[in-house]
Amino acid sequence: MRFVDEFRDGALARGLAQAIAAEARPGRTYNLMEFCGGHTHAISRYGLTDLLPANVHMIHGPGCPVCVLPIGRIDSAIELARRPGLVLCTYADTMRVPASQGISLLKAKARGADVRMVYSSADAVKIAVDHPDRDVVFFAIGFETTTPPTAVAIRHAEAMGLANFSVFCNHVLTPSAIANILESRDVREIGTVPLDGFVGPAHVSTVIGSQPYEYFAEEYRRPVVIAGFEPLDVMQAVRMLVRQLNEGRAEVENEFTRAVTREGNAKAKALVAEVFELRKSFEWRGLGEVPYSALRIKERYRPYDAEARYGIGYRSVPDHRACECGAILRGVKSPADCKVFGTVCTPDNPIGSCMVSSEGACAAHYTYGRFRSVPVVGRGAPPKAAPAGVPAAEVAP
Amino acid sequence: MCLAIPARVVELPAPETARVDLGGVRKDISLALVDGVALGDYVIVHVGYALTKLDRDEAERTLALMAEAGIDGAAAALEVGAGPPGTEAAR
Amino acid sequence: MSPVRDDYIRPVDFRNGRVDLTHGGGGRAMAQLVEELFVRAFDNDLLRQGNDQAAFAVGAGRMVISTDSHVVSPLFFPGGDIGCLSVHGTINDVAMAGARPLYLAAGFVLEEGFPLADLKRIVESMAAASREAGVPVVTGDTKVVERGKGDGVFITTTGVGVVPDGVRIAGDRARPGDAILVSGTIGDHGVAIMSLRENLSFETTIRSDTAALHGLVAAMVDAVPGIHCLRDPTRGGLATTLNELARQSRCGMVIAERGIPVRPEVAAACEFLGLDPLYVANEGKLVAIAAAADAPRLLEAMRAHRLGRDAAIIGEVIADPHHFVQMDTSFGGRRVVDWLTGEQLPRIC
Repeated sequence: MRFVDEFRDGALARGLAQAIAAEARPGRTYNLMEFCGGHTHAISRYGLTDLLPANVHMIHGPGCPVCVLPIGRIDSAIELARRPGLVLCTYADTMRVPASQGISLLKAKARGADVRMVYSSADAVKIAVDHPDRDVVFFAIGFETTTPPTAVAIRHAEAMGLANFSVFCNHVLTPSAIANILESRDVREIGTVPLDGFVGPAHVSTVIGSQPYEYFAEEYRRPVVIAGFEPLDVMQAVRMLVRQLNEGRAEVENEFTRAVTREGNAKAKALVAEVFELRKSFEWRGLGEVPYSALRIKERYRPYDAEARYGIGYRSVPDHRACECGAILRGVKSPADCKVFGTVCTPDNPIGSCMVSSEGACAAHYTYGRFRSVPVVGRGAPPKAAPAGVPAAEVAP
Repeated sequence: MCLAIPARVVELPAPETARVDLGGVRKDISLALVDGVALGDYVIVHVGYALTKLDRDEAERTLALMAEAGIDGAAAALEVGAGPPGTEAAR
Repeated sequence: MSPVRDDYIRPVDFRNGRVDLTHGGGGRAMAQLVEELFVRAFDNDLLRQGNDQAAFAVGAGRMVISTDSHVVSPLFFPGGDIGCLSVHGTINDVAMAGARPLYLAAGFVLEEGFPLADLKRIVESMAAASREAGVPVVTGDTKVVERGKGDGVFITTTGVGVVPDGVRIAGDRARPGDAILVSGTIGDHGVAIMSLRENLSFETTIRSDTAALHGLVAAMVDAVPGIHCLRDPTRGGLATTLNELARQSRCGMVIAERGIPVRPEVAAACEFLGLDPLYVANEGKLVAIAAAADAPRLLEAMRAHRLGRDAAIIGEVIADPHHFVQMDTSFGGRRVVDWLTGEQLPRIC
């Protein structure tokens, strides 16, 4: 696969690993937050942690739109799905998220609700066209990458005069989440979460461009490097961040130049601005209420707004008491710190959102990383060796 | 952020629609978000839509930068006597 | 006087007819369906005896029995259908003990309203698969459930076979140092099925790999009678099968991603959908574990067979108290390949 395989090349990986090890200064740590479900996944799936020096720590930020979707919103989706005659179309990612009373969309489907998995918002529109006698609702989630496709679907529905299609909008915004983390007490005042720099999301940035991150770099004095989706991209971005930190710079750099420009995709942005507007506030699971962090459908497109059409109220539902997803999403705690991790809360029986999505920090750690804290027998695989000068205590067992 | 992959445009069967090919698998996707897509272009596909065109020159440039970093890194490693974690030189 | 023949019975309408409750009622309609469809298609002496069971002599060795229910949807897919799948699947389960499959039994649960044309197509596919494999369907059963209570058709096949004394192939026989082999490309069947699922449609030439593996197994056992383990990685894919074997044998495994055969199209389809080929179902492949010294000979025997052309050695068994299956990624890191959680669904994120 062109433009995919080259960015997974093992030989280049080794070279980059050496380069990072050479540039990372012994005696200091580099705490880098990656902010993109795809990056979390790439790091886990390709075992990137093995290739980074011990003093470079990757922290998982709230980059997974499924993980930050509050239980109350899923409850609303389930309630919609249960209405007689209504068809709820959703991306597969949300289907297993457990909401109130342990019900998920998948379980609701098993009990008779018409829930259909779609790959694209266009598929939902098609279902509405094919079934004029049914009300079809598209459960829209996602960051800025996924929002333009929803905008297109709504405009398409309007152009066709489709009377039986609407969207339950849960789109959220990346820069708001970053600001929320940087503004949190843990980071700003207490300093319990050392956060030196950010690996910027890949595909969100193709839409919004690199420009929105300039504010963070300046205001909070932290470098941001936008990284492509493949493991080599992530490594190159780490290298660029390490270099910026060494040189005391706090700039926005773009590693993903093959798909990201400073301006982003003007057409997509315009379409989104045409259909959506900012909500004053929106609850993020784990982060609480975040101002100006989410979108709702504009008045002009009200007929396509499921919240207006079906009078959906919102009831905030707290997380399970023992669930540490909030702290984990903010990077304050790690999955292993959670009392129910791996015991009560597993990918098969997820308590919180971080475990449900395969990109959630807990799911990723469970599937790929929990073995790290256990001495794993390797056929000649050496324990993680520290670059010279790094105290032994920093080396993972 | 989400799952998106670069695929090559092999047909333009209808307005605002492209048939793309990835490793022999073909799918029809929407071009509603990107203008000026031609046959042979690579686009990044997410949930059935092209998000942007892929700039091939930039792709090559990025790969070259990575390779260069590797050479620098290897040279530095030889000097210091340490290698990346998990390699012989590091022990 | 009308020219109606005395012995005329209106034949089953396979073109436009549908299954109805009388077909499972035990009466004349059912007998006619059995006669005109099943017996005619499967066509063997034991079945033609018309009993509720089949009696046969058994040779020397130990008997092996296995059963599988088939609920695949869609019923027809590139490379096969539920019919041949049900024949291959059970033949393979029997063969994985190193046994020679002898006979099959087939139970059908039909949904009221199911088109007889489709049923005929499925049964004839089963018959063809059974004939090609040399394993006849000698007894069976038919039931009909009300509309809405079944997915068209469910098929349960049971197979019996015999394994010669001295051949002991089982999931708990893997030992540290053993080689792990796979008979060909992984992920083909699952992707072929996915390509037809509503709302996921993509064009591809990928076909299901559904096949009866007993011939391949016979060739393998011939070359290396001391094979330790055989298993076919169906639901849950290669990763699940390896984890099962590791747990049963109480050992660990290390495999190399680079060595695992995957068709480029399957890899690409998995990319599109966010699936991992390691967890995607196969219906015509097997995993073999044998002593390292036997591996080259075994590999040669596999590659010489038409169903093992792409066979490869993919890793080795190690001592590991945690029974992890680990993989050296082609990228250079190492990761653990865990059990599958839930059902693998495509993802957008």
